[in-house]
This record gives sequence, structure tokens and C-alpha cells, in this order.
Amino acid sequence: MNNRLVATSSPHIVSKETTTTVMLDVIIALVPAAIAGMYYFGISSALVMALAVGSAVGTEAAIQKITKQKVTINDLSAVITGLLLGMNLPPSVPWWMPIIGSFVAISIGKQVFGGIGNNFINPALAGRAFLVASWPVEMTFWVNPGAAPDTVAAATPLGLINTSPESLQPLSDLILGRIPGCIGETSALLLLVGGGYLIYRKVITWRIPVAYIGTVAVIALVYGGFDFTYAGYHVFGGGLMLGAIFMATDYSSSPVTARGKIIYGIGAGLLTMLIRLFSTLPEGVTYSILFMNVAAPLIEKYTAPRVFGTGGVKK
Amino acid sequence: MDYIKALKNGVLDENPAFVQLLGMCPTLAVTTSAINGMGMGAATTAVLLGSNLVISLLRKVIPDKIRIPAFIVVIATFVTIIDMFMNAFAYDLYRSLGLFIPLIVVNCLILGRAESFASKNAPLPSIVDGLGMGVGFTLALTILGMVRELFGAGSIFGFSLFGEAFKPALVMILPPGAFIALGLLIALINVVTRKHDPKKGV
Repeated sequence: MNNRLVATSSPHIVSKETTTTVMLDVIIALVPAAIAGMYYFGISSALVMALAVGSAVGTEAAIQKITKQKVTINDLSAVITGLLLGMNLPPSVPWWMPIIGSFVAISIGKQVFGGIGNNFINPALAGRAFLVASWPVEMTFWVNPGAAPDTVAAATPLGLINTSPESLQPLSDLILGRIPGCIGETSALLLLVGGGYLIYRKVITWRIPVAYIGTVAVIALVYGGFDFTYAGYHVFGGGLMLGAIFMATDYSSSPVTARGKIIYGIGAGLLTMLIRLFSTLPEGVTYSILFMNVAAPLIEKYTAPRVFGTGGVKK
Repeated sequence: MDYIKALKNGVLDENPAFVQLLGMCPTLAVTTSAINGMGMGAATTAVLLGSNLVISLLRKVIPDKIRIPAFIVVIATFVTIIDMFMNAFAYDLYRSLGLFIPLIVVNCLILGRAESFASKNAPLPSIVDGLGMGVGFTLALTILGMVRELFGAGSIFGFSLFGEAFKPALVMILPPGAFIALGLLIALINVVTRKHDPKKGV
């Protein structure tokens, strides 16, 4: 009988959305930029991403087996961690680096703190930070698109903008992705398309990416004396698009409140530009997002909306 | 007083670094190699033995209200002696530990034992307590140093274990590696010694 009374507490409307469908949407949004990475940097970059995904899923399954938890690799969250990490590596890295990076990302970045939903930092960025600190030479070896890996070192646009601006690639190359850089970060246009898809599917809101990219754009404009080309290099160069759309919006490590998301995005933008303009590093997306991840609980605490019916009477 | 039990207490049950989490500054900062960890542990043990003995002997003379300054003066005296001793006889270690030798004065492990044990007990038990805690601290720092040196430099006590092709994870001998290695070691020790079960609380 279908018209039986069901006595349950609210909510009564059940969405078809599950962790798996949300993660699948993120993967769909990442695929165009990943394919662009393979197109520009060759088949070896596909291998890097595949190893990163395989290691992430394998690590998650192994840890959950050993600690006698339910194996949850079917929710695809480990696939995303691996894919994001792979897209955040230079195309020429040795084969063992994506494997170690994903292992660290899943074990120390995620499972140690209780698995999905309990990680206080973005696991993929934790893995990347571990790799950058451990093997700085390999992690900053860039090649030109189309060139065979391990050939000639090339400079990223953000590396050039402070040292030799006359040899900068044209801005259109940054938008299309025809520049040296990490596998998945170069094609700003396709990352924006993916971000648009995620916002359309309501997987993420516009707040964090817009606040983050907007802050970077405003600071670059002011610092560069309202030179729109200069600001363009900061907005479309480096890992900003990938970071702002796919990494800063990680559910468990970013604030849930609407105002908190804006503050979080602005904070990440400020830190990114601080690192890019005033430190010895050319790029600061990784560290700024990790830093804001740690600050997220504090932001949530001060932006929590007042619970209806509490508080004093207005005088 | 059961001396064996007091020693075991310091090394295992109440290990200063792994269980009580005392003296985290040297634990995290100097354990970039096994030899550094061991040297720092030995220096701390020497200070702890001396300060526990003297404070225990003076426990009836020191007025209660100014006991902390009195303890610190005693501890600082021994730290100065160790500092000069290492400068004279272990110069390489002295160089690599650097500022952290004078900082033994503020190691809360030493003040903690003075306050909670030596100021209330006779000299001999105080020495045994200091020895147990000191050995426990030295062991902890040596193990942590070995783990970090193994992964961060590919060697143990300076002996290279892997071939040229091995590229060590530099991060393990940088500050983040100290926190990662210490956290994982404590987790491992909890699993092994206390049958840690998340479902039952501890």
C-alpha cells in the first residue's frame, strides 16, 4: 500500500542528491581542464593524474580496511582528492611523487582526522604542500606546452612578471592554457566553465570564488597602477582559478555561513597577493587556502547568524 | 619506594614527551637527527639529575612562597655547567643544538619534576625519578630524531641507508615534519600500549 501513514520527524522532502552525485559533478567540472592539461603537456601528464587518483583511492581503501571502518571509496571523494592533486603537479614530476602526495593527502590530510567531512584542511593541498616542502626542485620544474617532459626548464607567467616582464607570454595564452604550469591549472577558461557548471548545479555557491578572485583582481589593479593587462596576469596566471573554484570551496574546510564565505574568500585573496607580491615565492594559492582553512572555524564562530527567537528585546 | 617501578614510570607510563607532552620545544625543534635528539636528551637528563638532587636536599630550606625562583636558580646553575661542559668536550653537538642548550632552563619537564616530586621527596627517590624521566625523554627524542632523519635525510645516526637514487622527503627535517612525526608516533604508541579503541572512548 502506498498511502500508508509514515511517522517520521522532519525533513520530509528527500533529495536525490548524495555525496556520490555531488562528487561526480565536481569530477565532471574538472574533466575539461584535465583534458586540456593532457593536450598541452602530453600523455605523461595523464599518467601523473592516474597515479595520483589510484594512490588516493588505494590509500583510502587500505586505511579503512586496516582500521575496520566501512570502505567508502564509492563516494568518489578520494578520486577528487587524487585528481586535484595530480592537476596541481608539474607535468614533469617523477612517477613516485603523485603516489606519495596522494598517500599523504589521504592519510595525514583526511583519514587521521576522521575521514570525509572531518578534514580541517583541504587534503589535496596538504599533499601538495608536503611535496613542495620535500622536493622543491622537482615541484618547481616547469616545461613549455608541447615540449617533452624533462627537457628544457621554462618560466611560468607569475615567475616572469616580477623578473623579466618583456618575455611574458601573451594574455590570451594564459586564458587558453598554452603556458608552463601545473597540469590542470593553466587553462583558466575551461576552469571557469567547470566553475560555472558547479554553480549552476548548486554544488558550490558563487561567494568564495568571486570574493577570492575579485580580491586578487582589485589588489593587482591597485598595485599595478590600474594596468588591466598586469591584473590579468595575476587573475589568469598560476593556480588561482583552480584554487578558488575547486579547492577553496571544499565543504568541510571552508565556512558554511554566507558572510563567512565572503570573508574567507577575501582573506585568501589578500594572502595570495601578499605572497605573490612581497615574498620570495612566485605563487601563493596553496598556502593562502591552507591558512584560511585553519581560520575557517573562527570565521564561522563570528559570522553565525542569530538563532530565531533568541537575544534580547530591541529597545 | 619501588625504584624499578619509578624508572618504568618515567620511561613508559608517564613518558615526558610521548605521554605527558612536556618539553615540546626541544622535542620538536632539535630532533632533526637522531644524534641531536640523543644529545639534547642526555643534556636534559644531566640537568634533571642535578636539579632533582639539590632541590630535594634543599626542600626544607626553600620557603614555599618563593620556591619557583629558587628552583629556577638551581636549574639555571646546572644548565650553565652543562652548557660550558658541552662547549668544551662536545663542540659539534654544542654547535648543532645552539640556543636550545640554554633554553633547557625553561624546559617545563625539569621544573615540573622539581615542583611535583623533588620538593616533596628524599634525595635518593628524587634521583631515581630524575633518571627515569631523563631516560624516557632521551629515548623519546632519539626515536623521534631517528624517524625524522630516516625519512628526511635517508640516514640514521649519520649512516646513509639508501643509495644515491633515494630522494629524502625534506619536509620531515623541517618544522612541519616534527609535528607530523610526533603526532603519528604518539598515535602509534597509544594503539600499542593502551589498546586505544575509539568506540569505547579510550
